[in-house]
Amino acid sequence: MAKIIVVTSGKGGVGKTTTSAAIGTGLALKGHKTVIVDFDIGLRNLDLIMGCERRVVFDFVNVINGEANLKQALIKDKRLENLFILPASQTRDKDALHKEGVERVLNELAEDFDFIICDSPAGIESGAMMALYFADEAVVVTNPEVSSVRDSDRILGMLASKSRRAEQGLPGIKEHLLLTRYNPERVIKGEMLSVDDVNDILAIKLLGVIPESQAVLNASNSGQPVILDTESDAGQAYLDTVSRLLGEDVPFRFLNVEKKGLFKRIFGG
Amino acid sequence: MSDQSLELKGSLFPLSVLFCQDLSVDTLRQQLQQKLAQAPGFFVQAPVVINVEQLEQAPDFAAIKQMFIELQLVLVGVCGASNELKKAAHAHGLASLQLSKNNKPTETAKPQAAPAAPATPQVITAENRLIEGNIRSGQQIYVKGADLIVRGTVGAGAEVIADGNIHIYGSLRGKAIAGAGGDASKKIYCYNMQPELISIAGNYWLSDNLQGPFWGKAVCIGLQDGQLALSELF
Repeated sequence: MAKIIVVTSGKGGVGKTTTSAAIGTGLALKGHKTVIVDFDIGLRNLDLIMGCERRVVFDFVNVINGEANLKQALIKDKRLENLFILPASQTRDKDALHKEGVERVLNELAEDFDFIICDSPAGIESGAMMALYFADEAVVVTNPEVSSVRDSDRILGMLASKSRRAEQGLPGIKEHLLLTRYNPERVIKGEMLSVDDVNDILAIKLLGVIPESQAVLNASNSGQPVILDTESDAGQAYLDTVSRLLGEDVPFRFLNVEKKGLFKRIFGG
Repeated sequence: MSDQSLELKGSLFPLSVLFCQDLSVDTLRQQLQQKLAQAPGFFVQAPVVINVEQLEQAPDFAAIKQMFIELQLVLVGVCGASNELKKAAHAHGLASLQLSKNNKPTETAKPQAAPAAPATPQVITAENRLIEGNIRSGQQIYVKGADLIVRGTVGAGAEVIADGNIHIYGSLRGKAIAGAGGDASKKIYCYNMQPELISIAGNYWLSDNLQGPFWGKAVCIGLQDGQLALSELF
């Protein structure tokens, strides 16, 4: 049975799509058949981050409306055998999604895949609710600043009350905290909340900490999920995150300011 | 294709319902003028329905209509009318509306009533409510007539309200309102106090009033001589 994981946050621009792309790609790298579903109807981005924007023919809404079948809409990743993308529709809005349709598509996907990653839109309206409703696990993406933390708190409340698991009285959605854009230098200066601060407020299990990195922007611009950039700190942090998601015990990295060695001080880091 | 140029759709609109024992034109005019003077402008061209439940004889609808126009009110129709009254209303172009069950004049509505001071504190008979886990931003919990116990944190932007006491075995970052039914003897207990607002029986403090030695501490909050008072929990 496939595991449905929603990547959500409440707040926009914190790195949901980057994370969906990275985690989906990471799971596929580890040999799991994975599909990433873009729930951001009307503001399609996942295809850009995955570098498959020119291959979008049919989309999620087409499949829900029965205008295309799943095979036609799924885009196979060119880099990885096990990775597929179900793009959002750019010409519709969030109201195009409804529970019955989403459930039917997810059930169909579940027959074929090990993991279904749902890339949620920002906000707490119907689009975001659709993305989280059927989830088994949730990755709550949070930036280390107060408004993002509060929005995550709100989404955690929604996960606990508005999901299918909550409504049917099943065990709750497993919640994971992913801290992105973390900058230890700014934490020391007091300009950013620390991992401990965020953990204290949200009180859910920490899945990973992704350092603020130029590599993320470069990756987005070139349509390569940052996890494939194994040289970069962000890429490595996402690899650790995926391992933890699969139940491995991996120590946290990039939490402290890197001490610059003699060579770096002379030649620049 | 159906004809789109004309459509009739049912909708619900708020209407003011006028309750008055005496619908003789002069008395009504006087009372209405008094009422309107309390909130000038608020009722300008407001649609009004007259409750005629208590009436046996049809009032002078023509004169009342004319008076409403002069007072800048719009008389829409009547409600609670007997068959006879209905006919009279229809004859003057007024609608007769069905009376909803809960639309009765408020018993307590007296002119210049004292600000809703709870007279008798509610007797606590209901069962206390225990919440295992955190209350997240945007969530609101209300416990009617009993205590609320939270085994977790009340996040910023969350609200916990109880007619009884509130116990929080975690941090309080949101709002906590105890004694919501007016019982001044109720208290708030929390292990880490950093709230947005605390209130007991209508007396409240914002976080600005709470900055001080008790901020972030385990605290008990109660009322003393009508004033909120903080003390260490242990």
